[in-house]
Amino acid sequence: MNRRDFLAGTMTTALAASAMTPQARGRAAPKAGGPLVDVNVTLGQWPTRRLPLDSAERLARKLREHGVQQAWAGTFDGLLHKDLGTANARLAETCRRVGGGLFKARGSVDPTRPDWEDEVRRCVDVHRMRGIRLHPNYHGYRLDHPAMGALLKVAAAARLIVEIAVVMEDERMMHPLMRVEPVDTAPLPDLIRAVPGSRVVLLNALRTVRAKPLLELMATGSVWVEVSMIEGLGGIRAILDQVPRDRLLFGSHAPLFYFESAWLKLVESSLADRELESIRWKAVQALD
Amino acid sequence: MEIWDLHAHLSGVPGDTPEARLGHLLEYADRMGVGRLCVFMGMEWSYDPTPEKLREDNDQVLRAIRAYPERAFGFVYLNPRHTQASLDELNRCVRDGPMVGVKLWVAERCHSASLDPLVERARELGALIFQHTWIKITGNLPGESTPMDLVALAKRHPTANFVCGHSGGDWEMGLRAIRAHPNVHADLGGGDPAAGLTEMAVRELGVDRVLYGSDIGGRSFASQLAKVHGAELSAASKRAILGENLRRLLSPILNAKGVKT
Ligand SMILES: [Zn+2]
Repeated sequence: MNRRDFLAGTMTTALAASAMTPQARGRAAPKAGGPLVDVNVTLGQWPTRRLPLDSAERLARKLREHGVQQAWAGTFDGLLHKDLGTANARLAETCRRVGGGLFKARGSVDPTRPDWEDEVRRCVDVHRMRGIRLHPNYHGYRLDHPAMGALLKVAAAARLIVEIAVVMEDERMMHPLMRVEPVDTAPLPDLIRAVPGSRVVLLNALRTVRAKPLLELMATGSVWVEVSMIEGLGGIRAILDQVPRDRLLFGSHAPLFYFESAWLKLVESSLADRELESIRWKAVQALD
Repeated sequence: MEIWDLHAHLSGVPGDTPEARLGHLLEYADRMGVGRLCVFMGMEWSYDPTPEKLREDNDQVLRAIRAYPERAFGFVYLNPRHTQASLDELNRCVRDGPMVGVKLWVAERCHSASLDPLVERARELGALIFQHTWIKITGNLPGESTPMDLVALAKRHPTANFVCGHSGGDWEMGLRAIRAHPNVHADLGGGDPAAGLTEMAVRELGVDRVLYGSDIGGRSFASQLAKVHGAELSAASKRAILGENLRRLLSPILNAKGVKT
């Protein structure tokens, strides 16, 4: 991909979005850039708000319009439902039915619940998932819980990617009955080192996990992060001082966030072609 | 269509001087298609600035915008706990200088009577009044205003134009709070790009009262522009939010100062 083409395509789309029909917008999207993989979308309904794109069909259309070819999808039901097995089955069914292969389901697992191992088994054997998603703060445990080590072992044995959602929304505006702290990732580096073959993707991490804790995670060589919560002027450029290029993935946190936020970050930071390519798909290819 | 950004800062931006920082911001603004920036507060922030600190902050903004008069507009930073110093700054920076708006932050909750002389003078000068607001479930700062505080102030000054900073932060509450008060506009800037914000603002306030702003420095252009580019709204609505509304609000004072809009 040529960066100028990408930028031109992106900006055309972004700035002229208002004046375009969805079809025209689709044509303007940067397809020349090769694959774009979004590792952070969620299907279903956010518990406290209807979102403009909280139908899988509408989200798929938005992602396709922007050239996304694969989207790793968890389920909002995974936050608060106790019966995660059924939530995951629904997610898998939606991912099969909608989007023509766009969505790759990521079942929710809580390793502190009875017989959680069977949840993992179903994700692998029944639904053929390549990864699972954890919500430790919504499920009420910390990463130093003994079950975390067990889960990482099971996941590594099954060659599953483990995604951990560090936050879902701004702590300052949470529903009073749904307040949780960001996940504390401090125990992770030791846990990961103890389980060879671990592959962990931290979602929504880069607002709260910075500097030394982030460097320690990167030093394990087994942790990836994504761009959805990067902020500040030219934020991706700045984070590349702390995160090796091949550890930084594209994640939008759609539909809870406007998809265009992550997408425009690729434009705001002036990135070299190699960097863009890596964030868009190469880094994730090595992981998947 | 030109994008006008209601909400930019010199803090959190690389550069040793105000001009260098604004120049840096404008490089990114160019890349993101943003034409003009409203800039307020200095290179280092203070919750409760002394009169000296106010002058220092405003001097930095003056230096910055004088270097880019076609691209950046200044809002004067005031502290209602220092009435005369704030009035002096208003006269110095708006009446006698190039600034076109007022910024009020977290020194004092804005329903206080101490804001009345400042608002009255700003109204006489035709300046747009930007008040930071937030409703935090984690607890506001002692002097931090809510949108409800701003409504109390706006009711006392029905012909002054106010901006409700961050749409109240917890925007589903903030937008409702200001809904019935047509002289209060919503700033979309500074929060997460939570989907549905812009659609709700337009639905509840009408498109004319919704303004794009980034809070750049602390945020990215990308996440904040996405709130408009990504919204399920008509092309005409997006143009209004991205620039036309702010241009309409600022045109009288800009034109009086000889700035072409
Ligand atoms: Zn601000």
